[in-house]
Amino acid sequence: MSLTVRDLTIARGGVPVVAGLSFMLEEGQALILRGPNGSGKTTLLRTIAGLQPALSGQIAGADDRIAYAGHADGIKAMLSVRENLQFWARIFGGTQIDAALDAYALHPLIDRLAGTLSAGQQRRLGLARLLVTACPVWVLDEPTVSLDTQAVTMFADAVRVHLANGGSALIATHIDLGIEAEVLVITPFRADPTDRAGASDEAFL
Amino acid sequence: MIALLRRDLQLSFRAGGGFGLGLAFFLIVTTLVPFSVGPEAALLGVIAPGVLWLGALLACLLSLDRLLALDYEDGTLDLLLTAPLPLEAAVSIKALAHWLTTGLPLVLAAPVLGVLMSLPPTGYLWLVISLALGTPALSVIGTFGAALTVGIKRGGLLLSLLVLPLYVPTLIFGAEAARRGAAGLDTSTPLLMLAGITLGTIALMPFASAAVLRMGLR
Repeated sequence: MSLTVRDLTIARGGVPVVAGLSFMLEEGQALILRGPNGSGKTTLLRTIAGLQPALSGQIAGADDRIAYAGHADGIKAMLSVRENLQFWARIFGGTQIDAALDAYALHPLIDRLAGTLSAGQQRRLGLARLLVTACPVWVLDEPTVSLDTQAVTMFADAVRVHLANGGSALIATHIDLGIEAEVLVITPFRADPTDRAGASDEAFL
Repeated sequence: MIALLRRDLQLSFRAGGGFGLGLAFFLIVTTLVPFSVGPEAALLGVIAPGVLWLGALLACLLSLDRLLALDYEDGTLDLLLTAPLPLEAAVSIKALAHWLTTGLPLVLAAPVLGVLMSLPPTGYLWLVISLALGTPALSVIGTFGAALTVGIKRGGLLLSLLVLPLYVPTLIFGAEAARRGAAGLDTSTPLLMLAGITLGTIALMPFASAAVLRMGLR
């Protein structure tokens, strides 16, 4: 099942940022989202993940199939690496965390409290969470922030394996991951910020 | 769901988790009362049910602002929202975890503090029963308040102002049941009202909490 976005208009803080965006993400395909700061990448990803409603347009094939990773990793500082991963595995109905630990070389850190990890290690743990969710569609917002080159390679490998298994990925990033992927530049879809139709209730929320 | 409950309980027992804070607050507030109104056993015995109920209510309030705010700050709430678990279930579990770590210890500690307050011997059973019946409503209503203020930085004070008025019915019937029990009167009417309020809030509040949470996270 593919993820289809048709004629999507989205707003941030009541101001439309992207209008008339359409794309399709097939199984086994990755789509890299590019655009300057403030062009609406995060808003688009949050909308697709179901965290906020779109002003207009349709998103099909997203229900309960998305593993979202945003700027924050959702890691509890007072739980160990193992406990953090096991928690997310159980929430998504799984139990196996070994593959995720392998993919991001987290085995040596398994009993450390997540709060004592470095920023890059925490990010690796956050990305390992994607693997334990077993969701087919990854929606990732700047996944390589604070990763070193070695960890970026681990991430790119994990994405490749995910795609080879029939998954798909929508990634907003500025660096070259070395993955076979289409690039979607969202700058041409910039919305007219004065067009506030349909955004009237946002100001109160 | 059990995973979420287990994690919340685990976190509350770890350093900085806040387990026992509410209990310690309850203890201190109740020990301060004899200092402020004087040590006369007759007077204390009369006001004991009301004071114990008020103390328990304030202790419940104390830990509410961390109920959802911590999960919001580290991004867990966003991820829970995209998880297959319904948000209504997630907030119910959060409220249950709050009750287990705050409300239940208060219920168990109340008889001990009743001694400090010279509560009449007939009152102990009814105090415990009324608290056990009423504190779940405090947790569920409090979760709603926490959901309303989740996106607000340092929203603790606003949370208290929003939640305290909603606690009024629970306080009235809970304290009334404890007072009547202590005075040796029939407690069935206030207890039934209290049970009704608790069951009603448990049934309805999770939907309200989830709805405001969805808006707050946009």
